[in-house]
Amino acid sequence: MVETGKTTQEFEIRDYLRTELMPHFMCPGCGHGIALRALLWAIHDLGIAKDNLAVVSGIGCSGRTAAYIDANTIHTTHGRPLSFATGLKLARPDLHVVVITGDGDSLAIGGNHLIHACRRNLDITCVLLNNEVYGMTGGQVSPTTSAGRYTTTTPAGNHEPVFDACELATAAGASFVGREITMHVTALRDLFVQGLKHSGFSFIEVISDCTEIYGRKNELGNSPEMVMSHKADIRPESYGNVVDEPFRPTDLNVGVLSQTDRPEYYTAYRQHFGKQVEGNDDPKKGGAVT
Amino acid sequence: MKKTQVKLQAIQGNHSSALAAIDAGCRFYAGYPITPSSEVAEKMSSLLPDVDGVFIQMEDEIASMGAILGASLGGKKVMTATSGPGFSLKQEHIGFAAGAEIPCVIINVMRGGPSTGMPTRPSQGDVMQARWGTHGDHPVIVLAPDSVAEIYQQTLRAFNLAEQLRVPVVVLFDEVLGHLVESITIPEADTFERVERKWASGPEAEFQPYRDSGNGVPEMAMPGSGYRVHTTGLTHAEHGFPTQDPEIVERVTERLFNKISANYSLVESYEAEQCEKADVVIVAYGITARATRRALRKAREKGIGAGLFRPVTLWPFPQERFIEEVNPDAQILVPEMNRGQLSTEIERIAGRERVTSLPRFDGEPISPQQILEKIVEITAHG
Ligand SMILES: Cc1ncc(C[n+]2csc(CCOP(=O)(O)OP(=O)(O)O)c2C)c(N)n1
Repeated sequence: MVETGKTTQEFEIRDYLRTELMPHFMCPGCGHGIALRALLWAIHDLGIAKDNLAVVSGIGCSGRTAAYIDANTIHTTHGRPLSFATGLKLARPDLHVVVITGDGDSLAIGGNHLIHACRRNLDITCVLLNNEVYGMTGGQVSPTTSAGRYTTTTPAGNHEPVFDACELATAAGASFVGREITMHVTALRDLFVQGLKHSGFSFIEVISDCTEIYGRKNELGNSPEMVMSHKADIRPESYGNVVDEPFRPTDLNVGVLSQTDRPEYYTAYRQHFGKQVEGNDDPKKGGAVT
Repeated sequence: MKKTQVKLQAIQGNHSSALAAIDAGCRFYAGYPITPSSEVAEKMSSLLPDVDGVFIQMEDEIASMGAILGASLGGKKVMTATSGPGFSLKQEHIGFAAGAEIPCVIINVMRGGPSTGMPTRPSQGDVMQARWGTHGDHPVIVLAPDSVAEIYQQTLRAFNLAEQLRVPVVVLFDEVLGHLVESITIPEADTFERVERKWASGPEAEFQPYRDSGNGVPEMAMPGSGYRVHTTGLTHAEHGFPTQDPEIVERVTERLFNKISANYSLVESYEAEQCEKADVVIVAYGITARATRRALRKAREKGIGAGLFRPVTLWPFPQERFIEEVNPDAQILVPEMNRGQLSTEIERIAGRERVTSLPRFDGEPISPQQILEKIVEITAHG
């Protein structure tokens, strides 16, 4: 849960970036940058100090976004940022811990870590940038690649069923689950705000786009066209049935998909042992000895 | 709460490492159950809440290792414990710890291998894995105690070395030592040294998280203290961000090794007994060293000039001390519960013709009698 120190200042993304690392290494049209902007915007709106923000990421294009954030950033191993984040948050409950992961990162190699993070309900916000493909390694099939889509390892089109990340997270016990598309930047920001404020494990899936590799291979058009098509993927209920013709039938819903009131892991841990629930007294001690 | 009394306790090896961890200041433990190491986790789960620490059983060993690294980056002293199959799984993150220089202690209670092997039988089969288990050139420190008391002392030392040198430290023993119950003296809290990590100081804008701060070891940045640094498993320059510049890569990789060699006097620990004039020197570590002591007594009774060189620091091996201490003309016998892993290292140092390996890998400890027979055989030929 986040203390909201309501900021009055306009959001200026540069204030939250390590601009000395520019130009960044993302491809033109990559949706990950839009998601990053919305995330930083939410952090700004909540008044979270950069010093108290820890961003833990996995491996992939998604994972590489963390380095650009002017905060405490940890770029971990493929699929396992949630394990680092779990240790960090338990050691330092005073920090706001955000995980950035990809569809391969958290649904394939890191699937086990994801479901157990959902089950535990530790106060972490996990952002899944789902571009339906392994972007970093050059466009191989992922657990979310749509049926029939071409990737470098599905030359005849994808024949495997997909994971619905949000259903998975909900079933595993995540107490806040939401999804947005990059086209809805302000809605995405608001979803991040809610997720960050939520006490417990919040899971937010962002439908991102990989224009250069996935889009090109499947002739999905340029970036604006891909982003627009995500909008058309969303089920009409999400818009109160006011929506353009859907381009293809999907089960994609956006917004807050589920929210439950379950005990937050660390709070419950402390209470279980009859301890006060507060942050560490002096983190500089690095483990005071009694 | 300060300890005021020296306590004598009969405890098992696994519990001894847990008590030492708490005394060293360990406040975070993550693990996954595996025989014959589970008692370490069990003890930590009961001790940590009382000292405001956190114990967590993770979904697997990869996650346990990740969790302790996250907690270490958050400023805690951390530990995990495992055995063979779990040690294999931890390797990915042991490499991360070595590369990103994150202090951590890993207890590996060896059992028979490969694979699931023999869960309840002792072995010393992870000697090479402890050194080179994760990919790429990387530093690691491995300590091999030979008694319940020494497990306590070496676990304490493991924390000190990890914190001081920002390196993963493995405490390596086996099923027999893990489950052996012996009386040990728990020292008073102020009678042993407890090393704390060097935290970042000075102007934030100029801080470089991987700059050598004097002894080869960079200062660490505490999250929340104003130094907003980047930690990555990618090869990184002094500023902490990835680089593939050959000159920088060579420089930063060299420093990873130099920080250990430059501080080797802290790392090194060994025991040498009657090695200078011996006709045969036994190089033995862990549980095998205990059988060796018995064999040595018997050999001396027979008038054989036999010595013992016992590396407590297995890696990096105390090579210079070995050369200094051991009679250059002595035959060398290396009994170990594997197919000759440390033996190859001794051959490298002493020369192949001088070294005889005494391997045993059937899940049984090496007996004093077995060692004695080999000593007699070698000296009769020599
Ligand atoms: C253990 C391990 N296996 C494989 C890789 C290679 N690898 C790097 S990124 C990646 C896939 C990333 O895909 P995704 O999580 O979807 O993120 P994206 O790049 O699309 O943002 C893989 C397989 C690795 N770095 N580590």
